[in-house]
Amino acid sequence: MKLQKFPRFLAVVILFYAVIEILFKLDVVNGYLLHIINLSLIYVILATSLNLINGITGQFSLGHMGFAGVGAYVSAALSTLVFKLSPSKPGDMLVFVGCIVAGGLAAAVVGLLIGFPSLRLKGDYLAIVTLGFGEIIRTAFNNLDVVGGPRGLLGIPKFSNFTTIIIASALSVVVIRNLIQSSHGRAMLSIRENEVAAELVGIDTTRYKVMAFTFGAFFAGIAGGLLAHLIQLAHPTQFGFIKSVEVLIMIYAGGVGSITGSILAAFGLTFLSEGLRLGIRSLADATGLPIGGEWRMVIYALLLIFIMLFRNEGLMGTKESKIIELPEVE
Amino acid sequence: MSAPLLKIEKLTHYFGGLKAVSDFNFEIPEGSIYGLIGPNGSGKTTTFNLITGIYTPTEGKISFQGHDITGQKPFRIVHRGIARTFQNLRIFGNLSALDNIRIARHYTTRSGLVSSILRMPSFKAEERQVRKEALELLDLMHLSHRATEKAKNLPYGELRRLEIARALATKPRLILLDEPAAGMNPKEVDDLMHLILRIRNEFKVTVFLIEHHMKVVMGICERIKVIDFGETIAEGLPEEVKNHPKVLEAYLGKRGA
Amino acid sequence: MGPLINPQQIINGLQLGSIYALIALGYTMVYGIVRLINFAHGDFFMIGAYAAYAAFFAFNAMVAGRTGTLAFIVLVIAMATSASVAWLANKLAYKPLRYKPKLSSLITAIGVSMFIEYFFSAFPAIGASYRAFPEIIPRRDIHIGPAVVSNLVLIDLAVAAILMIGLTLLVRRTTLGKAMRAVSQDKDAARLMGIDIEMVISFTFLIGGAFAGAAGLLAGMTYPRIFPYMGILPGLKAFIAAVLGGIGNIPGAMLGAYIMGIAETFASAYNSLIGEGIAFAILILVLLIRPTGLLGEKIADKI
Ligand SMILES: Nc1ncnc2c1ncn2[C@@H]1O[C@H](COP(=O)(O)OP(=O)(O)O)[C@@H](O)[C@H]1O
Ligand SMILES: [Mg+2]
Repeated sequence: MKLQKFPRFLAVVILFYAVIEILFKLDVVNGYLLHIINLSLIYVILATSLNLINGITGQFSLGHMGFAGVGAYVSAALSTLVFKLSPSKPGDMLVFVGCIVAGGLAAAVVGLLIGFPSLRLKGDYLAIVTLGFGEIIRTAFNNLDVVGGPRGLLGIPKFSNFTTIIIASALSVVVIRNLIQSSHGRAMLSIRENEVAAELVGIDTTRYKVMAFTFGAFFAGIAGGLLAHLIQLAHPTQFGFIKSVEVLIMIYAGGVGSITGSILAAFGLTFLSEGLRLGIRSLADATGLPIGGEWRMVIYALLLIFIMLFRNEGLMGTKESKIIELPEVE
Repeated sequence: MSAPLLKIEKLTHYFGGLKAVSDFNFEIPEGSIYGLIGPNGSGKTTTFNLITGIYTPTEGKISFQGHDITGQKPFRIVHRGIARTFQNLRIFGNLSALDNIRIARHYTTRSGLVSSILRMPSFKAEERQVRKEALELLDLMHLSHRATEKAKNLPYGELRRLEIARALATKPRLILLDEPAAGMNPKEVDDLMHLILRIRNEFKVTVFLIEHHMKVVMGICERIKVIDFGETIAEGLPEEVKNHPKVLEAYLGKRGA
Repeated sequence: MGPLINPQQIINGLQLGSIYALIALGYTMVYGIVRLINFAHGDFFMIGAYAAYAAFFAFNAMVAGRTGTLAFIVLVIAMATSASVAWLANKLAYKPLRYKPKLSSLITAIGVSMFIEYFFSAFPAIGASYRAFPEIIPRRDIHIGPAVVSNLVLIDLAVAAILMIGLTLLVRRTTLGKAMRAVSQDKDAARLMGIDIEMVISFTFLIGGAFAGAAGLLAGMTYPRIFPYMGILPGLKAFIAAVLGGIGNIPGAMLGAYIMGIAETFASAYNSLIGEGIAFAILILVLLIRPTGLLGEKIADKI
C-alpha cells in the first residue's frame, strides 16, 4: 500500500537519472549522447508546454520558440552580462536558478500579451498572429546590440547539466500535469472541446485562454534559458518560425492533448533529428556526393505531412500513460 | 405574486437587416414551467441566445432576480443562475461524461491554482466532493454506467440527458431548454417530461423551454408564448394558445407544417 | 528620407504592391473557396522565380535578340510551373483533409511549405545559396521630374493589371467564375446545384499558382536575386494584405496589397526595423480592430 503511494512518475525519473549517470560513469553513455539526452529533456519542456496551449486548451500558437527566446536572452543576459556568473563559484548555482526563473517570468509576461489576441481570434488567424509575434521577437533580438544582435549572445556560462535539466524538466511536467488534472485543467479542456458550451457552463474562457498562454510561455522560457546555458549561446535563428514548427511536429507526432505523447515524441524526434544529421553527413562523406543537411528538414516536413494525412491522432491520441496520469481522487 | 425571476422587456434583435426578435416582453415567476413555441426560424433560439448573453440585444432589457443582465458576458450570467441546453448538442465530446458534469461545477469550486498544482488536502477534499456530486447527478439521469465513457460515444438520447445534467451542475435557478425532445422516441419523451417536472419540483429550478413536441408543451407548460417572425402572436394558458386563430394560422395555414 | 509624400516612394510602393497583389489573390481565392491559409503559397511564388530563371537559360539562345518573345515564354513557363505545383499540392496534401478539422490542413500546408523550401535548398542542382537573376529585359530609366520610373516598374504594373483584369472578367463573366463564387458562398448549395466542387477547387489552385508564378518572375526581374526561402516573407506579407483587404474578397486583396506595398516602402525608408515589422503591426491592428478587413463581410457563427 505504502509503495503504491509513491508517485510513479517520480520513480521513473529517478530510475532514468540513476541509469544514465551510471552508464555515463561506465563510459557506455558518452558526452555526445548525454548532450542529446539533455536536448531531449529540454524539448520535453517545450513540447508539453506547447501542448498546454494547443492540445489542451485548443488554441494555436506558431510562435512557441519566440517565448523560449525571451527566456534564453533574459536569463543569459542576467547570468552573463549582469551577474557575470561562473559555474566554478559555489554560490552562483543558486543565482543561476534565479536567472532561469526570471527568464521564464519574462516569457510569461510576453505570453500574457500574446494571449490577448487569442481572445478574439481562432484557429488559422490565431496561428498567423502568433507567428507574427514570434517573428517580431526574433527580429528584436536580431537588432538589439546589447545582446549581440545578429551574432547572438556569446560566452554564456555552462550551468545546464544533466542534473539541472532533468530536475527542471520533471518539475515542468509535474506542474503541467497537475494543472491539467485539476478543475482548472478541465476548464481549459472544455474550451478546446466547445468554447460556447464552456462559456455557458460558467467557464471564464478569456481567463483560461490567457492562462494557458502565460503558463505555456513561462515553461518555454525556462526551456530557452536552460538551452542557452547548455550550448552557451543565444542566437536569433534558434528561435525562429521553423524551430517553432519543430516543436509543433513533436506534439502532433505524440498526440495532441497527450503529455505522454509529447514526452515520447520529444525524445524520439530529438534522437531522430541527430540520427539524420549524422547519417546524412556520413552518407555524404562515404559517397562523396553533395548531400546537404537540408535533407533532414525535408524528411521532417514529409513526416509532418504524413502524420497529418495518415495518423492525425499521433502516437498516443489523447491518452496518457499510467506513469503520467494521476489516479482519481476518491 | 412576488417579483418575477426573469423579466424581459421590449427585447429586439437584428441580424443585419433581419429582425429576428421583435418587442419581446415576458415574465417568468419563480418555480414555473413556461414554454416558448413558434415555427422554425421564428426567433426562439435567438431569444435564448440573448438571455444567455451570446448576443447583445439591439434593444430591450433582461433582468434576472431584479438585476439587469443585459449585455453581460455569458459566463457571468451562468454565475447568476441561468443554465441552458442547446438545440444542436454542444457536448465536450472527447471528455468523459463525468468530466462534462465536473466542468459545469468548476465555477463553484474554490481551490486556487497553487493549491491545485500542489494537490493540497483542501484541493483533494474538494475534488472528492465535486466527483461525488457529479456521480450523483449522473445517477439521477440514469447515466452512471457512462461515467468514464467519452461523451461522443453516447447515444443521442443519453447525450440530451447529459446536457441537462451538465446544465443542472451549474446549480441554476432557471434552466433554458432548447427543444429537449427533438429526436426522441415516445418513451424517451415521456421520461423527459417526468424529468422536467422533477427538475422543477425537486431541484426547485424554474424551467423555460422551447419545444415543437405538442405533447410536452401542452402536458407540462403552465404558460406558453407563441412567436412567429420574431413577433409575439399569442400568449396564455396552454388551452388558450392551442386554439388561438393566429397560432393555427402560423402552424398550419401559411406553411402547412 | 525626403519629404513625407515622396513620389519616388509611391512609385516603388505601387511596384511592390503589384507583386504582393498577384500573390495575395491566390491566398484570398483559396481561402474564399476552401477556408485554408495555404502556407505554401509563398513557395509557389519562389518556384515561379526559379522556373523563370531556368526558362531564361533554356530559351535565351534560341530566341536570341527578341526580348519580347523571350519574356513572354519565360512568363508562360513561370506561370505554368507554379500552377502545376499548386495543383499537385492540392491533390496530394489538401484534398484528403478537406472534411477534417481546419487546423489539420493548415498544419499540412506548413509541412508542404517546409518541404518545398528545404527540397529546393537540399537539391544539389538548385542549392540554398543566392543566385543572380538574369536581366531578361534590359532596364531603362525614364525621368519624370524628381522621380525615376524604370521600364520594369511599368512592366510590373502592366502585367499585374492585365492579369487582375483577366481574373475579374473570369470571375464575373464566365460559368467557371460563377461556380467559384457559388462554392465560396455555400459549398452544400453549390453541390446541390450540380457544381463539381473539386473541379472548382482545382481550378482555383491553378489560377492562384499561376499568379504567384507570374509574381515570381516579376520579383526576380525587379529585385534580381533569388533563393529557396525568398517566398516566405513576401508570402506572409501578401497574406496579410489579403487579410487587410478582407480575406476571400478579390478586390480587397488588390487594395490590401497596394496599401501594404506603399506602407512598407515608406516605413522602410524611415527605418529598416520598422519596415520589417510594419506588416505584422498592420496584421495585428486589422485583426483587433476590424477582423473582417476593409472590404470583407462579416461571417457570424450560428449558435
Ligand atoms: N447568427 C445569426 N446570423 C444571422 N442570422 C441568424 C443568426 N442566428 C439566427 N439567424 C436567423 O434568425 C432567425 C431566427 O432564428 P432562430 O432564433 O434560430 O429560430 P428558431 O430557433 O425559432 O427556429 C432565422 O431567420 C435565422 O436564420
Ligand atoms: Mg431554434
